Amino acid sequence: MATAVAEGSSAAQAPAPIQAFTVTLIIRRFDPEKDAEPYWQDFDVELYATDRVLDALHKIKWEQDGSLSFRRSCAHGVCGSDAMRINGRNRLACKTLIKDLDISKPIYVEAIKGLPLEKDLIVDMEPFFESYREIQPFLIASDKPEKERIQSAAQRERFDDTTKCILCAACTSSCPVFWTDGQYFGPAAIVNAHRFIFDSRDEGAQVRLDILNDKEGVWRCRTTFNCTEACPRGIQVTKAIAEVKNAIMRGSADIPVSDLAPTPQRA
Amino acid sequence: MSSQVVRPGAEAAERIRGPRRPAGTLYRGREGMWSWVLHRITGVAIFFFLLVHILDTALVRISPDAYNAVIGTYKQPIMGLGEAALVGAIGLHALNGLRIILIDFWKLGPRWQRVMYWIVLVLWVILLAGFLPRQFVNIALEFQGMPNA
Repeated sequence: MATAVAEGSSAAQAPAPIQAFTVTLIIRRFDPEKDAEPYWQDFDVELYATDRVLDALHKIKWEQDGSLSFRRSCAHGVCGSDAMRINGRNRLACKTLIKDLDISKPIYVEAIKGLPLEKDLIVDMEPFFESYREIQPFLIASDKPEKERIQSAAQRERFDDTTKCILCAACTSSCPVFWTDGQYFGPAAIVNAHRFIFDSRDEGAQVRLDILNDKEGVWRCRTTFNCTEACPRGIQVTKAIAEVKNAIMRGSADIPVSDLAPTPQRA
Repeated sequence: MSSQVVRPGAEAAERIRGPRRPAGTLYRGREGMWSWVLHRITGVAIFFFLLVHILDTALVRISPDAYNAVIGTYKQPIMGLGEAALVGAIGLHALNGLRIILIDFWKLGPRWQRVMYWIVLVLWVILLAGFLPRQFVNIALEFQGMPNA
């Protein structure tokens, strides 16, 4: 159908315009300088099915109401800035396509829950990062190898799932326990602890297991699986937490034995 | 440009205005969250029943007559309905408790948790299907003033 051979019909016009839809977004607004309480405000936006919720927010901010505040950086699902509650579920605005939502109804967008609301869709992430720092998210090793630290494929695979975390807080702020108990470490901190606890190169597993073997540690997890559903990276969060629970009960993490030849020692 | 599709409820946007749900939307969790909610509700309900039940059983040490009078009230139809609710709550709490144990201790538990939730519900319905008809017959007999056999 490269060339139009229509006789007199209007089919040989410019390419058909892509279907656009008017979508209503109902956004939970809050300006700490003006409002005592957050309130809902609705916006009608013209969108394509391939647009994302982030595009809708951009259109509102750029064309309708410049005061709308939200975080975003990379806009491609890597930086983890724009986690928000979209139709009652934690999602990244930059990874949620309009075609995957029911646009016959308004789309509700609000800030993630359980962290202090600062403005519109922005929350204070500091308590979240505080928990993250507490589990010591860095390699703890006593020796200094000349080149790299050798690790077998099976050993690398052991903690592969939890390396994907982008710290967007979608999991932690979807957790009913975290909503009512802000002291709980939360799924994200445990996921990042898991990433090092099950790493054969790391020597700080016991330290982290002790930190998480706490009233506010892994035992607060009630396996609601909200975190696993919310994770934009598809991390099996609840499974990771269960593995940490088991590691605490056993006293050590089950890391596969290396199938590599003994590493050549320094002369 | 003319591709705009006016939604049938375009004027509905006006009606939705305002804090219809002042506290924000309810988080829409899935099976895992709702099983947790049910587990909490049934757990608290069972706790309060046990509290009352320990007290009424302790009455026997004070006076057997008082004990008989209190235990006799359990035969009333309303208490019969309460018993039905109690069996339902305990059945759900017990079956879901097994599911939670499997999630925590079985390697594949977290992967199959959603399936296990529906299995719990099916087993619970089967459990109640065996119990409720008999219970309602007993309630009906009691309602007609006939002591059940």
